[in-house]
Amino acid sequence: MNSDVLIIGGGLMGSSIALQLAMRGCRCTIVEKDSPGRHSSGVSAGGLRLLNRDPAEIPLSVEASRMWRDIESLLGSDCDARFPGQIRVAEDKADMEKLEQREALVRSLGYEHEEIIGKKELYQLVPALRPGCVGALINRTDGYARPYHALTAFRRKAESLGVKYCSSTEVYNLRKEGEGWEIRTSQGTFNSDILVNCAGAWANNISTLLGEPVPLTPKALMLMVTERLPHFVDPVMGAASRKLSFKQMQNGSLIIGGALVAKLDFEKGKTDIDWSQLAESADTVVSFFPQLKDVRIVRAWAGIESFMPDNIPVLSESQTQSNAYHAFGFSAHGFQLSPVIGKLMSELILDGRSELPIQPFHISRFN
Amino acid sequence: MNKHYQLLIIGGGPAGLAAATTTAEQGVSCAVLDEQPAPGGQIYRAIESIPAQRAKQLGSEYLRGKKIAAAFRESNAEYYPDTKVWSLNKEREVGILQNNEANIISADKIIVASGAIERPVPFPGWTLPGVMQAGAGQILFKSAGIVPDNGVVLAGSGPLLLLLAWQYLHAGVEVKALLDVTPLGNHLTAMPKFPRALLAHHYLTKGIGYQIELKRAGIPMLFGVSELRAEGEDQCQRVCFKHAGKQKTIDSELLLTHFGVIPHTWLTQSADCKHQWDDSQQCWRPEHDEWGNTDIEGILVAGDGAGINGARSAEHAGRLAGFEVLFALGVISQAERDKQAAKDRKWMQDERHIRPFLEKYYQIPKNLLATADDKTIVCRCEEITAGEIRQAVRKGHDNTNQVKFYTRCGMGPCQGRQCSNAVAHIVADETAMPVEKMGHFRGRPPVAPLTLEQLASLKKDALS
Repeated sequence: MNSDVLIIGGGLMGSSIALQLAMRGCRCTIVEKDSPGRHSSGVSAGGLRLLNRDPAEIPLSVEASRMWRDIESLLGSDCDARFPGQIRVAEDKADMEKLEQREALVRSLGYEHEEIIGKKELYQLVPALRPGCVGALINRTDGYARPYHALTAFRRKAESLGVKYCSSTEVYNLRKEGEGWEIRTSQGTFNSDILVNCAGAWANNISTLLGEPVPLTPKALMLMVTERLPHFVDPVMGAASRKLSFKQMQNGSLIIGGALVAKLDFEKGKTDIDWSQLAESADTVVSFFPQLKDVRIVRAWAGIESFMPDNIPVLSESQTQSNAYHAFGFSAHGFQLSPVIGKLMSELILDGRSELPIQPFHISRFN
Repeated sequence: MNKHYQLLIIGGGPAGLAAATTTAEQGVSCAVLDEQPAPGGQIYRAIESIPAQRAKQLGSEYLRGKKIAAAFRESNAEYYPDTKVWSLNKEREVGILQNNEANIISADKIIVASGAIERPVPFPGWTLPGVMQAGAGQILFKSAGIVPDNGVVLAGSGPLLLLLAWQYLHAGVEVKALLDVTPLGNHLTAMPKFPRALLAHHYLTKGIGYQIELKRAGIPMLFGVSELRAEGEDQCQRVCFKHAGKQKTIDSELLLTHFGVIPHTWLTQSADCKHQWDDSQQCWRPEHDEWGNTDIEGILVAGDGAGINGARSAEHAGRLAGFEVLFALGVISQAERDKQAAKDRKWMQDERHIRPFLEKYYQIPKNLLATADDKTIVCRCEEITAGEIRQAVRKGHDNTNQVKFYTRCGMGPCQGRQCSNAVAHIVADETAMPVEKMGHFRGRPPVAPLTLEQLASLKKDALS
């Protein structure tokens, strides 16, 4: 099969890039070793978070935030996105100082989206919070969407513009054919002018085939979800100095996360829940919201995601091969970035440069 | 309770009790974790405490449980009632909940004797109050002597329906009708299996005996019933169906249904054991060898949780798994295992003569398993209809897990126990693919819900 661009990995990033390329007239094929969105894209917590981004990511995340507001015009679906804001709660003075420093840093970079709020406003926003917290850092435009719905919306829109998805198609080998590529897979051989590595936790397999291995660590992040509850909290909740991350979803259930890592057998693609960590997480949630103690957890799971040593992604052309590109290593906070990644990567591929500052994400930083 | 045992047995029904008795007799440190308050499982529920009169109404098969429970109590096996198992992994770590406190204990060997659940079959009106599974009716009867006082309609397929009708008859309950949805054509297709079933003729004569008694008592028994539905405002008021070419209605505020039983596989799924589709039993079951070993080292299955074969078979399978554990732990030699197991293997063979016939005879028709009525709710927790599931398939989400991702069906507190099979059947029907290709919902722990406070109570040192 021939295409202009072949994308390895049928998750959100691959789909977003394919969509933007297709909008500019490219013929794209996506090869996916499992099914689209099977791993981190489909099982993420769906957070749309601009708050507390790495400074390098802020310009991208600001643009992504703008795109999410208007996601319907891009995808023909609102992905069930909501924007009730996200906060990091300060439990004491030391926490508050930490948050004030963060706010100052963001302001010094020329952004005003992170704001300190005092005790009074915090309890107006989150009346259910236990007494005694002193304030918070907030981004009022943050929110969440439903990950698998978003993935499906990207995929449908991309398919409507001619993008072809090949599931259960694992890449075995890559070979340069003139200026283009011959890609050998479990479902036969593909040919393409350009190659994009969006293989998530498996991206190092691809970059190694390109002769530029990266220090990527696959990890399985755990989430747990509760039964449905009457609506009691709007913003996405975090804390300044404790592992807390939860939100009440559209249907009333709580999704509880917080960078908790499961046991992972990467070779077999198997994860195993680490209950002692989830117990600690449950304890944290109950300490902030004691009224939740009798809420039932109905499900816990772990999704396999790619982590880079500096926790920011790789977004660049290959430094060893022409006509090859990378977009991976989102380190468990890629969901919000997904629309902008499609945009900037399509610019990089078709125009040779992006409007956005992407130099910090170059693969050469690991040389 | 210890933190580690040589053997942990999950489930206190005939398989679990027999396995525990067999191994504890040989000095193995062994504990039975039982969700129920007393030994017996579902089949012999309340066997130790039941009043004689009610026991008689339940019949002679039920009374077999007395001996099994007594032998178990005699043994050195530890017994933990009211103990919920909420997780099991391939390292043989078992998450348990007792008195609101969570803990994790482990074992060298695990025997999962989780038994069966009634096959949930969504049909129009099945979510109305007053429509219940027959097993629930039986539980109330066995444990508390509670019977319906305004009469009942029984509908579905399978031997339990007949047994319950017989038990209700003897308890003085008005059985308004017994509606058998088994297609009449099954009688013919099951015929080739009949000669072998004669080898287990006691089951056949028992079944025929029940039918004769019910008929004599004047209970209407309708066969070849289709288009079953319950109707009413906020409550079941009428049972409607088609019989002999005509639409019929029976007024009743209680409809008990039964569509056979399927293995309880949530623990073995959570431990990542390989499962296979059993076409004859129309369900998923864990793969296992003749001793009950699954593909996961040290995890065995016994009883109906391994595949439906009934209570007597479960007892034999429990003992066989026990002998295998004794051998694997080095307590007895292989020759000793084979010698001691010979009788149970023979008896289990004999027990199973009836199965191929029963499975063919009571095969549930496809149009019931994969309801064609788009408005019928399939996932009760998330209120997802058959129509929404079919719609998701048409949008390209063409296996059960993708449908789950997309529609949220199977994501509620019951963890898909109620809808897992139905979704697989509907997706298979819509894609014109065999059910086994659809896969089952990926098991997500906890196997039983636990509260945030209960989880938080998990001791930090539980895993160290």
